[in-house]
Amino acid sequence: MNVKERERSELETGGSEGGLLRQLLQRLAHGDIGSLPVLLGLVLIAVVFQIANPNFLTPLNLTNLMVQISSVGTIAVGVVLVLLIGEIDLSVGAVSGLCAGLMGVLSVKLGLPGIPAVLFSLLAGFLIGLFQGWWITRLHVPSFVVTLAGYLGWQGALLWVLGSTGTINLNDVFIVGLANTRLPVWVGWTIGAAAVLIFLLASAGLQMRKSRQGLHSQSVLAVILRGIVIAIVVLGPVAIMSVNRNPRGNVPVTGVPTAVVILLAIIIAFNFLTKRTRYGRYVFAVGGGAEAARRAGINVDRIRIWVFALCSTLAAAGGVLAGSRLFAVNQSSGGGDVLLNSIAAAVIGGTSLFGGRGSTWSALLGALIIGAIANGMDLLAFASSVRFMITGAVLLVAVTIDAYSRARREQVGQ
Amino acid sequence: MARIKEEKQPILQLQGISKRFGAVQALWKVDFEVFTDEVIGLVGDNGAGKSTLVKVISGTYRPDSGQYIFEGRAVTVSTPGDATNLGIQTVYQDLALCENLDVVANLYLGRERIRSVVPGVLGVIDEVAMERKSTEFVRELHVTIPSLRSRVATLSGGQRQSVAVARAVMWNSKVVLLDEPTAALGVEQTRQVKDLIVRLREKGLGIVVISHNLVDVFDVSDRIIVLRLGRRVATFDTHGSNPEQVVAAITGAEYGQIDSDTGSSG
Repeated sequence: MNVKERERSELETGGSEGGLLRQLLQRLAHGDIGSLPVLLGLVLIAVVFQIANPNFLTPLNLTNLMVQISSVGTIAVGVVLVLLIGEIDLSVGAVSGLCAGLMGVLSVKLGLPGIPAVLFSLLAGFLIGLFQGWWITRLHVPSFVVTLAGYLGWQGALLWVLGSTGTINLNDVFIVGLANTRLPVWVGWTIGAAAVLIFLLASAGLQMRKSRQGLHSQSVLAVILRGIVIAIVVLGPVAIMSVNRNPRGNVPVTGVPTAVVILLAIIIAFNFLTKRTRYGRYVFAVGGGAEAARRAGINVDRIRIWVFALCSTLAAAGGVLAGSRLFAVNQSSGGGDVLLNSIAAAVIGGTSLFGGRGSTWSALLGALIIGAIANGMDLLAFASSVRFMITGAVLLVAVTIDAYSRARREQVGQ
Repeated sequence: MARIKEEKQPILQLQGISKRFGAVQALWKVDFEVFTDEVIGLVGDNGAGKSTLVKVISGTYRPDSGQYIFEGRAVTVSTPGDATNLGIQTVYQDLALCENLDVVANLYLGRERIRSVVPGVLGVIDEVAMERKSTEFVRELHVTIPSLRSRVATLSGGQRQSVAVARAVMWNSKVVLLDEPTAALGVEQTRQVKDLIVRLREKGLGIVVISHNLVDVFDVSDRIIVLRLGRRVATFDTHGSNPEQVVAAITGAEYGQIDSDTGSSG
């Protein structure tokens, strides 16, 4: 559970010469803007809402925000995978609802213990994705259409699974605990410190292997600077979630919520998969040039089918988290704006709609933006009409930035 | 430099290759041979059969008849994989690179080096080893690329072509086919690619350059093989011939009587 992988990949994709600042400027000039706009956007949102309502940047509200985005963030990780290969999955909301519904029925109606109920729900998501992926790649039907059909079909399946009950209230300790438990303060600090330490060791180890092989390696100073940034980024939130956030103070409420840990673990695991393993390399290759990948001997169809299967599995996981957080699944689980928020989160976070570019971290950043807007508007008691319009505008800006930087890259490439 | 080919054995040899598409006789009893340390210029007008011949060599097409001999042994090449396994690589005009990946990732695409983290369970791509080998290899070929970690999208056309060629020869290739390697390249970039071709010959490869550009063909090749209407109509020793002769062979001006009916006879 650490953030070393993200940093590592950034470290390696940077040029081999020059200072960090120059590398950054060079990448910007090439239209390689990455997560910069979204980080600026987050700061802007935080400042605006904090001025409008001083309750926005409080430990209580920030922790709530992180728990609120855990479900959409998880689903968005799957959307990132699908976008990376240049496809789309419109069924993620419906699949998350259906799989949460299955979990509810298994747990409450059939009395299955929590862990198998959750595992079965994830398996159902996996099989759904396998089916859709197979249909898309083997029958050559556009993913847009297949998953649109899935969007309708799985919604119907949810209603069928729930039957006349309508709403199932979850009561299993494990299931409810997934999103409603707080880690003891010392556990949060331990995990955070371990993450920073692992990052530092991995980073130093990489530079040592590089210099041993005679490759250009970064200076000790650069590694330490990165380590300091990572320590702030990791331990800062841990500190915020470790102070007592109960405003009345009669019963202290402290500790990192498990939902946050689950979301981060998923993001880090899938970042590792996409950036460090052979499978992940092929996912990027398929998104950047399917024909080139095929000629290189990569089984493009298999990569694609697996991406859809993983995406639906993550949708199921998001559905489980949402059900857990709300103590219930009902006919509208996974409906409403879940689908659009998940896709918007991936895109706003900086994953390209055009395939081949992105990171699972964009799921977190995009979900934070969308979540922060919703959360801030709620604090200010705005109507959802305003929230929808503002989220829409942010999405529009994000996609425009994506299209612009893509055009810029092509221009520079010529 | 008049080398005596007859004393050497060709690394790749085709004998009597014919290929028909419906009514079109694309190739008719074509013989073809490449030696090591040799650059062949394969020329011909549009529809002369160059592409078909290349696709037969690279395993994309199966010929209707004829022999495929590699390193003196008759072999069956029915898929691109068969050709690759023999050490025959083709670099097509539309570059087979993933633009969103960096140079190292492209050089190793499909053949990544894996470093075991948990033996038998979890392995990660060994970026350091791959970068080191790529650095050596690229240096050996004198390919100039700003950084091996730059994405291919940020490279110039000539650099991309160089990466594509480097990728093709990186894996113990013995014969490399280059389809229009200098098309759409500027003067300086064309020179880069031609220098690279010459260096590949020095490394002992057999190289086939398919090109419309006779200037480039004369610059890099040792022999020129001319196809016309699906037949091999002429072979020139590059250093003992001039472009006019080659053009005459391509257009059929000099060999005008050659079975003008075979091209379309059905």
